[in-house]
Amino acid sequence: MNPFLAETLSKFQQMGTALAVFFGVLLLIFFLGSLTRGRVQTPMARLVMLGPAVLLLIAGLVVPAVLTTIASFKDANNKKFVGLQNFSWVFTNPDNLVTLRNTVLWVVITPLVSTGLGLLLAVLIDRMKRESIPKSLIFMPMAISFVGASIIWGLVYQYSEPGSEQVGLLSQLAVLFHVSDPPNWILIPFWNNFLLMVIFIWIQVGFAMVVLSAAIKAIPVDVVEAAMLDGATGARLFRSVTIPMIRGTLVVVVTTIMIGVLKVFDIVRTMTNGNFGTQVLANEMYAQSFVQFDSGRGSALAVVLFVGVIPVVIYNIIQLRRDHAR
Amino acid sequence: MSTTTAPAEKAAAPEAVSSAVRRNLSSPWASFVVIVITILWTIPTFGLFVTSLRPSDKANENGWWNAFIDHTLTMSNYSQVITGGDVIPQGIEQFFINSLIITIPAVLIPLAIATMAAYALAWIPFRGSTFIFVTCFALQVVPLQMALLPLLQLFNKGWKVGGHSIIPPIGGHGTYYQLWIAHTMFALPLAIFLIHNFMSQIPKDLMEAAVMDGAGHFRIFRTIILPLAVPAIASFAIFQFLWVWNDLLVALTFAGGNDQVAPMTVYLSNIKGTYGSALHLVTAGAFVSILMPLIVFFALQRFFVRGLLAGSVKG
Repeated sequence: MNPFLAETLSKFQQMGTALAVFFGVLLLIFFLGSLTRGRVQTPMARLVMLGPAVLLLIAGLVVPAVLTTIASFKDANNKKFVGLQNFSWVFTNPDNLVTLRNTVLWVVITPLVSTGLGLLLAVLIDRMKRESIPKSLIFMPMAISFVGASIIWGLVYQYSEPGSEQVGLLSQLAVLFHVSDPPNWILIPFWNNFLLMVIFIWIQVGFAMVVLSAAIKAIPVDVVEAAMLDGATGARLFRSVTIPMIRGTLVVVVTTIMIGVLKVFDIVRTMTNGNFGTQVLANEMYAQSFVQFDSGRGSALAVVLFVGVIPVVIYNIIQLRRDHAR
Repeated sequence: MSTTTAPAEKAAAPEAVSSAVRRNLSSPWASFVVIVITILWTIPTFGLFVTSLRPSDKANENGWWNAFIDHTLTMSNYSQVITGGDVIPQGIEQFFINSLIITIPAVLIPLAIATMAAYALAWIPFRGSTFIFVTCFALQVVPLQMALLPLLQLFNKGWKVGGHSIIPPIGGHGTYYQLWIAHTMFALPLAIFLIHNFMSQIPKDLMEAAVMDGAGHFRIFRTIILPLAVPAIASFAIFQFLWVWNDLLVALTFAGGNDQVAPMTVYLSNIKGTYGSALHLVTAGAFVSILMPLIVFFALQRFFVRGLLAGSVKG
């Protein structure tokens, strides 16, 4: 047999065995649990159904997060405590200052642009006859991996030697506007960050659009009618009826994208690997932990990421409470 | 179409207001802007697809739009990138299989565990169940980066407390087991949250009737709640499928250097770095990797949207 086929077969066998064992054990426990009667059954059901999830969450997220926090105060080999040395490195190293600046740019710009464009599209699409096709096509990038998206956009930003024909779409557009040798876009300091952000925005606008569109459609018709009978139209209607009615959803969309963008590292890794002044926290964390093998610095960067998420989450919860209180 | 509505008409017939609202709002301008943005949003992917079909000399010489002039399309890039060829010796086929092998259990296992946990949290209340649920909600936002290093150590060395091994090491570095377990752990917070929200809305009467008939929790779960929760379970399954299939961070960490188990995202990231100038092959590889999620996405979009809304609107 062809070696590729043989290997594939054995991989599927491995998967099949693992799944069979997992679901076999699950069914057995379920069967045994359902044999219990009366007062024993409720605690039994609780244990069997909740136990695995709680154990996995503790072992996979809670304990590791605590260990990472401890490691962030230790040296590169996770042996000696070094106090705040790793954190002072994060906030004073000149390269890291660029990394931090870039991360702040990402966190501020991409959620606002994605949500803004998504809102515009949601409002416009609400006024269209056949909305499903544009909706699907704009939403489609959500299904594409960040790596795939980076390759798609890498092609758009592709650089060609001076004098040769253009391969990249952006360069070709520049030529149409009479720029004779278009630059290598991805190397332009500072502005290349925005080229990478475009990729993220391209993916997230669909998400913002779909969620906001559902929120707009959920506005009761009589509210809109009442406003219109009072003479509100167009921009006025949008500002004083639509926006307040979907406020809660807007906050959720912006914060969801913010939390997502803090963690994003695939785009930067695939496009530039953090070179040319495009590094972000999440990719630097990966580089420190798994390329430099500096557990202390890597952990400190992870903790900074986590601390960055906290205010966003708190704001989100406050908004949620306020909406519920109304 | 009918954007011209006399203002008098609106005032005259209150019952027609609703449709008047619609008519007043629908404008050809809105359609025009949406169509322009839709085209802008689709062009990059379309360009990738066209480039992947062009012969190597053409694809690397000028832009994909020239394909409409020179009419030279070929499938040979695909056969080269799938099995490997002169330029890139290693084909994508093995990584495609790895992606499948990683994704299927990484969807099914967390789904099973989360469905049970969601039931217990929603329908077997006890002291501390609210605390567990809120913790779950909070864990959703903990960056994966916080867990990677210690988890890798746990997998490779096991856990020892005072010389006693509590959890044994799980295989060598880079086995499917590590990936399955890591993906399961990371998926649970969102999965429990989504499915719990759905399950807790199931009417109480259904449960009470079953309890009156003497059914225990195990039977109620199996015969009543599970069938009713299928839409929520399906939404999460699609979510998780796309997440695992498209993931790079977990794959790099737990399968990093091992081509025997690494998924397509790792392969693509590598060839983009090493063979970036072979545009015709990199684009073909990228298209192979996005084909599956696109099919799943277009076929099951409705479930996906439902999950998205449950997760972010009600959140």
